[in-house]
Amino acid sequence: MMKLSKYVLYDILRSKIILGYTLFLFIVSFSMFQMEENSSKAILSLLNIVLIVLPLVSLVFTTIHYYNSYEFIELMSSQPMSRTRILLSEFTGVSISLLTAFLIGVGIPVLIYEANETGFALLFTGMSLTLVFTSIAFLASVVARDKARGIGFALLLWFYFALIYDGLVLLILFSFSEYPLEKLTLLLSALNPIDLGRIFIMLKMDVSALMGYTGALYKDFFGSGTGIIFTTGIMLLWILLPLWLAVKKFSKKDL
Amino acid sequence: MNYTKRSGNVRLTLTIWLISICTTSFSTTIIVGSNQPVRSLKKAIETAKDKDTILLQSGIYKEGPIIITRPLTIIGQNDPVLDGENKFEILLISGRDITIKGIHFRNSGYSAMNDYASIKLVDASNIKLENNIITGAYFAIHISNTSYATVRNNNIIGNPRSEQLTGNAIHLWKSNHALIEKNHVQGHRDGIYFEFVTFSTIRYNLSEKNIRYGLHFMFSNDDTYLGNTFRNNGAGVAVMYSKKVKMENNHFEQNWGPSAYGILLKEISDSYIVHNTFLKNTVGIYFEGTSRIEIEKNIFIENGWALKVQANCEENNFHHNNFTGNSFDVGTNGSISLNNFHHNYWDKYEGYDINKDGMGDIAYHPVSMYSMIIEQNPYALMLFRSFTVQLLDKAEKAIPSLTPENLIDKKPLMKSLKL
Repeated sequence: MMKLSKYVLYDILRSKIILGYTLFLFIVSFSMFQMEENSSKAILSLLNIVLIVLPLVSLVFTTIHYYNSYEFIELMSSQPMSRTRILLSEFTGVSISLLTAFLIGVGIPVLIYEANETGFALLFTGMSLTLVFTSIAFLASVVARDKARGIGFALLLWFYFALIYDGLVLLILFSFSEYPLEKLTLLLSALNPIDLGRIFIMLKMDVSALMGYTGALYKDFFGSGTGIIFTTGIMLLWILLPLWLAVKKFSKKDL
Repeated sequence: MNYTKRSGNVRLTLTIWLISICTTSFSTTIIVGSNQPVRSLKKAIETAKDKDTILLQSGIYKEGPIIITRPLTIIGQNDPVLDGENKFEILLISGRDITIKGIHFRNSGYSAMNDYASIKLVDASNIKLENNIITGAYFAIHISNTSYATVRNNNIIGNPRSEQLTGNAIHLWKSNHALIEKNHVQGHRDGIYFEFVTFSTIRYNLSEKNIRYGLHFMFSNDDTYLGNTFRNNGAGVAVMYSKKVKMENNHFEQNWGPSAYGILLKEISDSYIVHNTFLKNTVGIYFEGTSRIEIEKNIFIENGWALKVQANCEENNFHHNNFTGNSFDVGTNGSISLNNFHHNYWDKYEGYDINKDGMGDIAYHPVSMYSMIIEQNPYALMLFRSFTVQLLDKAEKAIPSLTPENLIDKKPLMKSLKL
């Protein structure tokens, strides 16, 4: 399996896309820290990169990679090798390359300029979101029949998680504003990895505002030990569940 | 010069001599201590004549309630302890020209009926309380109907119990011309409490970790407080129903909680808030029913809301302040704004300055749409800083509909002020 992952990794590195992505992240992060007069404002801009660009790139890159290496996957399937292993090595290869790109591109500038709690929360969220959306993209590509549908599906998912979901939440919060919504907001935040990551960073960045009425709820919950375990656990679930579904679907699929 | 000297200690002699010079020429000094002829402070007070000085040597004195009604000076040497045994009010002062210095008051009593205090001043004037330590008190210093009281350099540390079981550290009621200076106050209900106190000054105090307010201030006109630090109090500082109050050079830090404010202003008029620093409070200043207040040259850093200005405030002037790193700059609850904002620095301002006069050419709206939404629906804080919300905020900036149209800074500064 390690050997297969290595081939996948070599393949990805040859395509140069991931190098471009690393460079893009690096230049953007560095210039943000250079431009803004206080680094907390730069972190705020980086937050958008992490919450919007990272999931999008992970989704699209993984989907394209899957379809591009479809023949390779077919070839491997003819070898005495379980399909689970094939898909998992693909996942490992892709996620390692994306994670490396993120850690070099965003991690190094953050460590240089803002190596504090907020910075580390940002890196944690970024890494989790990369893995989550790689995993979701694998599910999308395994389910979809051809490349166009696969990419379309991935984009739709990104749209849903990054934009539509928050709109829906806002709608729900206003429609049911008469009711106690404490528990519901916790549940709603767990149903979207982007929101979960955002709240995790917010706990460090807007701690003063969060001590207000409802914010105290988040602070008490997410800030506590259980909260951190909860966040990590839900993130892990978001990584493992789509991957497990993808593996299940893939092993029964007629290639 | 006539004084009693029984100890051979040269330093002591010198001290006594100095004190004797300070007091009027006919005063005597009585020394109270375990190896002195007078062993009880009560007895010393009984025998002392007006304007005498009593030196209290180190030791633990358990004498129940002590009452002083005549002009006396009591000075503690090497931290003598007056112990209230958790039963008594330790010292009751009712008279004029009385000074209490350098004594440790410990464990005064608690009563649900009376406001027991370690030091209580009633109907007094010209009183000085200096360099004392007060621990484990219900009320620490309780001053009522007193003029010209000076409370300086005292260190007051309470055991934080519930709001009902703990009194105020420095409590003033119906007094005037008081000076509260350089005290350290912590772990009480309110750090400093003012009610019907006029022409008084609170300066250079540190009030922290109190259960309720660091400073609680009501019906007290013409007062000044400057250079104080209020940190990590349950509800910050409250200034209510007063006129002509000056607040200068104070620090308000880390007052966190659903109803915690750097300063809560309610029904205040004709006052000044100048050169203060507000750091990491849930709300920097909360304005309710205030009018004609000048808020200038203050620094607001990393607060949840730098300002919350309710719609019932009018003619307040906010100018030359720095707003940096606050989650929200200004919050309000209505669409009307009768206050003036000008020449402030806002780090969220995105305008331009073509004529290079240091001021932005387009007005800044300090109230973001999302702060209005959160005001209506606090749960929506969950979506703060999400992409959708940022889009909504941008749309609101282009076509304002929810935010008050005239709550704007017409001349926002491009660079932060050096304060």
